[in-house]
Amino acid sequence: MKRFEAISVSVGAAALAFLPTIALAAGDLGQTQQQATNWHAIIMFILFVGLTLGITYWAAKHTRSASDFYAAGGGITGLQNGLAIAGDYMSAASFLGISALVYGSGFDGLIYSVGWLVGWPIILFLIAERLRNLGKYTFADVASYRLQQTPVRTFAATGSLVVVIFYLIGQMVGAGQLIKLLFGLDYLYAVIIVGVLMIVYVTFGGMKATTWVQIIKACLLLSGATFIALAVLYRFGFSFEALFAKAVEVHPKHMAIMSPGTLVSNPIEAISLAMALMFGTAGLPHILMRFFTVPDAKAARKSVFYATSLIGYFYILTFIIGFGAIVLVGGHPEYLDATGKALRGGNNMAAVHLAHAVGGDLFLGFISAVAFATILAVVSGLTLAGASAISHDLYANVFYRGRTNEQTEVLVSKVASIGLGIIAVILGIVFEKQNVAYMVGLAFAIAASTNFPVLVMSMFWGGLTTRGAVTGGFIGLAAAVILTVLGPTVWVDVFHYSTAIFPMKYPAIISMPLAFIATWFFSVIDHSPSAQREHDAFEAQLLRSETGLGAEGASAH
Amino acid sequence: MSNKLSAEKIRSNPKYAELVSKRSGFAWSLTGLVLAIYYGFILIIAFMPQFLATPLSAGSVTTIGLPIGVGVILSAIVLTGIYVYRANGEFDELTKDLIEGSK
Repeated sequence: MKRFEAISVSVGAAALAFLPTIALAAGDLGQTQQQATNWHAIIMFILFVGLTLGITYWAAKHTRSASDFYAAGGGITGLQNGLAIAGDYMSAASFLGISALVYGSGFDGLIYSVGWLVGWPIILFLIAERLRNLGKYTFADVASYRLQQTPVRTFAATGSLVVVIFYLIGQMVGAGQLIKLLFGLDYLYAVIIVGVLMIVYVTFGGMKATTWVQIIKACLLLSGATFIALAVLYRFGFSFEALFAKAVEVHPKHMAIMSPGTLVSNPIEAISLAMALMFGTAGLPHILMRFFTVPDAKAARKSVFYATSLIGYFYILTFIIGFGAIVLVGGHPEYLDATGKALRGGNNMAAVHLAHAVGGDLFLGFISAVAFATILAVVSGLTLAGASAISHDLYANVFYRGRTNEQTEVLVSKVASIGLGIIAVILGIVFEKQNVAYMVGLAFAIAASTNFPVLVMSMFWGGLTTRGAVTGGFIGLAAAVILTVLGPTVWVDVFHYSTAIFPMKYPAIISMPLAFIATWFFSVIDHSPSAQREHDAFEAQLLRSETGLGAEGASAH
Repeated sequence: MSNKLSAEKIRSNPKYAELVSKRSGFAWSLTGLVLAIYYGFILIIAFMPQFLATPLSAGSVTTIGLPIGVGVILSAIVLTGIYVYRANGEFDELTKDLIEGSK
């Protein structure tokens, strides 16, 4: 917490509740104050919902097989998938939270957004095409490719569900806080609206509807953010130097906003966070699932390039937006609270107030609606990933060992989506008043310490055995969860003990290497006959992963 | 399945070894480069933040940290672009030759 306290103190009391949250980014906005009802935003949000429900109706008519439901029939192009990945990944909190961080401390916001981007090249170089060549619907297909189905799929489904649940809690609570801020509506409305809509999108429209919700959201968010950034630059004759000079003049920290502040005061913590962000991205089940929606490895690669470009561009925009807010929002009485010092609604409102400053009431409504729509796109992807882990991995391949038919499997998936939606609403209500700042960070740490090590080792190391993968993976999962609970974010901030048992906020620097070492160790000491068969099967797996021969839905070579 | 037969042939085809070693070598080198760039950036911030506070030119408020930070973002985009260009061109050609030649 240390580094954030330092920032918070200088930014003002209002920021205090938000900054730890921003650190863990996506989907969590801390406690917020309900604002006046914003009709423009509500009407535009209803338009968005109408459009996406129309698409869901279309998608439902075209979703027949399991492949349609889980993977949009493999018919998504590289560009469409790139947009959908960007829509899946750019959350409301990365838009509002990073621009708030830039507004509060300038350069530090840039450091932070860089961390969210650098996982993408790793996904491209090591994961994307191999995943596409080996898998069908879930990353468990790949992890269990030459290992024993029952234990490995059980493990992978557990890893997926744990990540999905923590991520969902962060998103649901974020949605509730956001609707109070942006629409002036009650927390409960938000949680129920999000829950119902995500169930409808996923249950009726499957991956097709989810993909198009994500694409539309990505286009709206990118065009809205582009408009704000251009409007800001226009006022400074498109001179960054002029914008920065004015910001330095009016910001209470002056020149300090142009260089690193207190965000990275502890290098070990910074590297641990960086590891969780970088490798966690490559272990998120809802992200990995997107690679099965494209026809082949070529399109899978292209989609990462488009996604990386769009997400990188978006983070550069949030940086400009944060500086724009320093100049055009900070110090303007109409955007400040009663004390005249802090932003009305908190620092997370920096981008939203800026939208009003450059585009008036109507544009404010648009940006508010987009920010809320953003959450819908993220939770739909999460729900679908969680439902697939239940239906494809647990139901079809663990309980029924593949002896079930497609229709039943899809039906189970739909029931699971409804179940997950209801659980998400309940958890959203339960956690309303809780500090959930650690949730998304924990989801990334678990993904980096559980799914990522097993996935990478299954693709690259012939020595991996079932026992190694399952034991190592569960050790990584346990380490990430236990160290987070014993660390400052839960032990001190949630349980209110005075000192943490584990000193670091981010466990990945310990839990991820531990998972790799344990997976390796329990594989090399495994001399069972099945281990030998698993070694022998690696050559055939490698051939398919390298050439795409035999890949699901691959075009004929 | 004719796959079985061609799998043996593919594995014994020298182009298979060439494809696997070229692509893995390239992918791991780029991975190393991304890690070096990113962790280098974090280490500079941790140990020599004053370097990033250097003005870009005399009298300007823009610091050298800004182009470096934006540069890290752009490097991620450029490196993914380079990989996709080579993988979708050269490596896919090689894969096609390999499969054709192993029929």
